[in-house]
This record gives sequence, structure tokens and C-alpha cells, in this order.
Amino acid sequence: MKKYSVFSLVRNALDYHRNWQQAWRSPAPKSAYDVIVVGGGGHGLATAYYLAKECGITNVAVIEKGWLGGGNTGRNTTIIRANYLQDESTGIYAHALDLWDTLSTELNYNVMFSKRGVLHLAHNQHDLKELARRHNANRMMANELEFLTPEQVKAFVPIINISPDVRYPVLGGSLQRRAGVARHDAVAWGYARAADSLGVDIIQNCEVTGFRIEQGQMKGVETTRGFIASPKVGCVAAGHSSVLGAMAGLRLPIESHPLQALVSEPLKPFFDTVVMSNTVHVYVSQSDKGELVMGAGIDAYNGYSQRGSLPPIEHLLSAAMELYPVFSRVRVLRKWGGIVDICPDASPLITKTPVQGLYFNCGWGTGGFKATPGSGHVFAHTIARDDPHPLAAAFRLERFATGNLVDENLAAAVAH
Amino acid sequence: MLLITCPYCGPRSEEEFAYGGEGHIARPADTDGLSDDEWADYLFMRTNPKGVHYERWVHAHGCRRWFNAVRDTATNEFLAFYRVDEKKPEIDR
Ligand SMILES: Cc1cc2nc3c(=O)[nH]c(=O)nc-3n(C[C@H](O)[C@H](O)[C@H](O)COP(=O)(O)OP(=O)(O)OC[C@H]3O[C@@H](n4cnc5c(N)ncnc54)[C@H](O)[C@@H]3O)c2cc1C
Ligand SMILES: [Zn+2]
Repeated sequence: MKKYSVFSLVRNALDYHRNWQQAWRSPAPKSAYDVIVVGGGGHGLATAYYLAKECGITNVAVIEKGWLGGGNTGRNTTIIRANYLQDESTGIYAHALDLWDTLSTELNYNVMFSKRGVLHLAHNQHDLKELARRHNANRMMANELEFLTPEQVKAFVPIINISPDVRYPVLGGSLQRRAGVARHDAVAWGYARAADSLGVDIIQNCEVTGFRIEQGQMKGVETTRGFIASPKVGCVAAGHSSVLGAMAGLRLPIESHPLQALVSEPLKPFFDTVVMSNTVHVYVSQSDKGELVMGAGIDAYNGYSQRGSLPPIEHLLSAAMELYPVFSRVRVLRKWGGIVDICPDASPLITKTPVQGLYFNCGWGTGGFKATPGSGHVFAHTIARDDPHPLAAAFRLERFATGNLVDENLAAAVAH
Repeated sequence: MLLITCPYCGPRSEEEFAYGGEGHIARPADTDGLSDDEWADYLFMRTNPKGVHYERWVHAHGCRRWFNAVRDTATNEFLAFYRVDEKKPEIDR
């Protein structure tokens, strides 16, 4: 694999960009692999990369029914933060944040990680108390957050409306400065290219349609391109996890919902951070292309249709109008939806299953993009050693029977 | 936008309703004898099919009554609406 650098950019520019090496191969599937990863989103590709890079397992295939990153990875609003409530969550999200810091160098691919800060607003007494509690929980874990008064919020985001004269006035905010956004496609492509160069086969347009399980042991996957043998299969299929679970006779604590987002027409840069509000239900950032990126909560009903209803969009836009009156004449360019996989405690599953050699990494719901590097890293170790990585141990399937839930509903519900 | 037919009030906009999740999950009768796994299955495990889904809705901003519906979760097409005292319809597709 040729390295990307400023010199390769110049050299290829002189060739009118006709001779760039292909970023990854598209091999035909082999008859057998040591590990198969089902799902070519960010988490699946990261899993394959760390299996090859850190666990010495390079005979790996990533099997994707569509195109790389075409699931939630390429549909998300890319907010990266680590200000959850529970210690177990801080463990995995802060681990991911550490990996984000050096990811572009590690992958030799610019993932455009921009630490522009993420600010959570409080609009009532309950919000203030919830933020204070989360704040203190994070500081106990040495995870720095800052509390801002309404005036400090205004100084940080000059276009925000802090008038006390509205239904939900801004009463304060919690800022994580090392949080931010990254380029979602680049994350999928960067991991794919790096994994491929270590020998991982990336197989697109190939759907897993069943598992071959004998005496409780995984033997391989049935696909639209035939049977592929493997003693270990890791499912990283987000909204389709229950469908894969059912193929192995498993019931998972997951429900799939549409989650929508939208962008405005491109504007000059004027919004240089990320602001979220759980109470009025909207979050906003501005992409490098200049579009305002906005989202809110899930559509309430189960769904696999990758599109939602209009009411959540109207709702989030009306909230945005109250907070940012200057948006009033901006036009919406497009909206879309993904299928998010929600666990009852709003925390993920990184787990072995009753089937020997079958693993699941899912339940990231509305907020898994930020975890991509950390999730792939601990899942690779879990598969390689057939034993949960310490940072993944709290996220086993068994927690629903033992009652050790990792409840993040307050920190994850609207804010992704 | 979903158009939902309340068995009591007729077709109304989705915004008048609240969702109640998977339907026909009966609370186990002998709770004292239930194992942890059986509790977990009742409380947390869900069928979550891609396709025909039996589910509950409540007409929150209307008659405020609960009822059942059958919907294809891949297309959002409703296949049946029925009262809670009516039999679960068999839908094959
Ligand atoms: C609108 C929206 C906004 C979001 N905003 C944020 C945010 O701001 N911050 C954040 O951290 N997170 C956010 N998220 C959540 C985040 O996108 C996801 O948690 C994360 O991207 C999940 O990554 P993944 O690789 O697990 O899943 P995906 O990217 O969905 O990948 C799963 C892949 O599995 C494939 N697959 C499924 N079934 C099969 C099969 N049978 N055979 C083969 N392949 C299969 C799918 O085609 C898909 O490509 C958002 C999500 C949405 C929808
Ligand atoms: Zn009614």
C-alpha cells in the first residue's frame, strides 16, 4: 500500500490524479477464514483492523451486504464526546477519545477529527442537577468538563438566544473541550484501507443470510455468494442485529428505530462548535462544507425503513428556531434516516453469546460513531481471546439477567 | 408520517398517538418461580422483526384507549388494527 503524504499529493496532481492506487482490493471470498466480521460499518472495519494489527489475526473477512459505511456510519452527525454518566461508559468512550487523537496518523488517512468542543445546555432545574451530577461523575474519573453560566454560553456561541423571556431559557451549559466531530466516510474508508493493507478481505455486496452452527459451535456463514467457513463470527450490524440474532436462534434486548438528521444549505462558517439540548430536543454543528447539521431524538416506533416521519423534523426545527433565531431564513437541503439499535439501558452490547464462536457488538443506538475506534479495539480483543476485554466486560449480554444495567438514558437519549 | 386507525375513532395522524412497543407480551403468571433468564426475557428481550410486527399504540391525544396494530416494519404498511379484547390476527407474508 503506497503511503499518502504531501509528496504523493503533489506527484498525483502532476499526473492529473489519474494514477492513484486503489484504496482497497475487492477480492472474491475465500472458502474459509479465521474470523468473519459481519457488517462493513465503522465498527466492523475497525474490528478487522485491530484483529490484524494487534491480535495477529490477518486471515479475516469483512462481509457487507451493501457498501462500506452505507449504514449508520455514513448517516450519522459525527458528534464525538465522552461525558456519559457511568464509570463503565466513561471507560469505553474515553478510551475511544484517546484513540481518535492519533487516528489520522495511525491509519495514514485524514479522518478530519476536529476538537471544536461539545456544549450541553440546561434549560430547567432538573437539567442543571442532571448536568451537575454528570459533571461530578466525570471529574471523579479525571475526565475534564467545564460548567458555563448563560453569559459564558453566549460568549462561546454568540448567535445563541439566552433571553430569559422564552419557554425554555438557557440556564447554563456543560462543555467538553476535547470533544468534537470527524468525517464519517473517512473513518470507514481509513479503517478499510488500513485493514486491507494488513491482509483483511473486504467483501461488499454480499449479505449474510444464515449461520451454520453444529453442536453449539459456529462453523461459518451462509451468504448470497455461498457458504464461507469460519470458527469465529463477529456481528457488527447495528440496526439489523436482531435479524442476525434470530438466524442463530437468539433473542436480543434490542429494538430498531429510525433516527433522522438533516442539513441546511451551505453557509459561510459561523458556528464553530457543537451545541446539544436534551430538553428542547435539538443539536447543531456546522460541517466543513458549511451546512448546518441538525438532529434530535428517534422516531418512537420500531422500524427498518431508513426513513422517519415528519413530526420529529418539525419539532427539532422549532426548537432550533427558539435557540438560534438567525436560522429563520435558512433552507433545509435534505434529511435522511438510519436504523439505530437501542438497548433498554442505552448502552451497547459487546459480548460472547451462548453459541461458541459467535460474538455481537451492537446496541450503540444513537451514539456509537464516537466509540468506533474503542469499540473495534475491545471487540477485536474479545474475539481473539474469546474473553471480554476489561473495558468491554460490563457490556455483556448477561447483564440483563444479573441486573447490572449500565443506565445511560439521561446522557444518551437525545444527545448522540 | 403514519396514518393510524384507532379502532374507536378512525384514521388519525401519528402525532395523536404514543407507541407502546411489542404487543402480546404476557406478564408471567408464576413470578415466584421465574429464573433470572426468564425475567430477562420477559423484561428486556424483544422480537424486533424486520417485517410483520405486532405492536401496541395508545390514542394519547384522543380517546386515550390502548389498542393493537400489525405493521410491516420494513415498509411501514399497517396490516391490521384491533381492540385489545379481540383475537390476535394471523398474518402470513
Ligand atoms: C441520523 C443519525 C445520527 C447519529 N448521530 C451520531 C452522533 O452524532 N454521534 C455518534 O456517536 N453516533 C451517532 N449516531 C449513531 C452511529 O451512527 C452508530 O452508532 C454507528 O455508526 C454504528 O456503527 P456500526 O459500524 O456499528 O453500524 P453501521 O454503520 O450501521 O454498519 C452496520 C453494517 O452492517 C451491514 N449489515 C447488516 N446486516 C447485514 C447482513 N445480514 N450481512 C452483511 N452485512 C450486513 C449494514 O449494511 C451496515 O453497513 C447517529 C446515527 C444516526 C442514524
Ligand atoms: Zn381513539
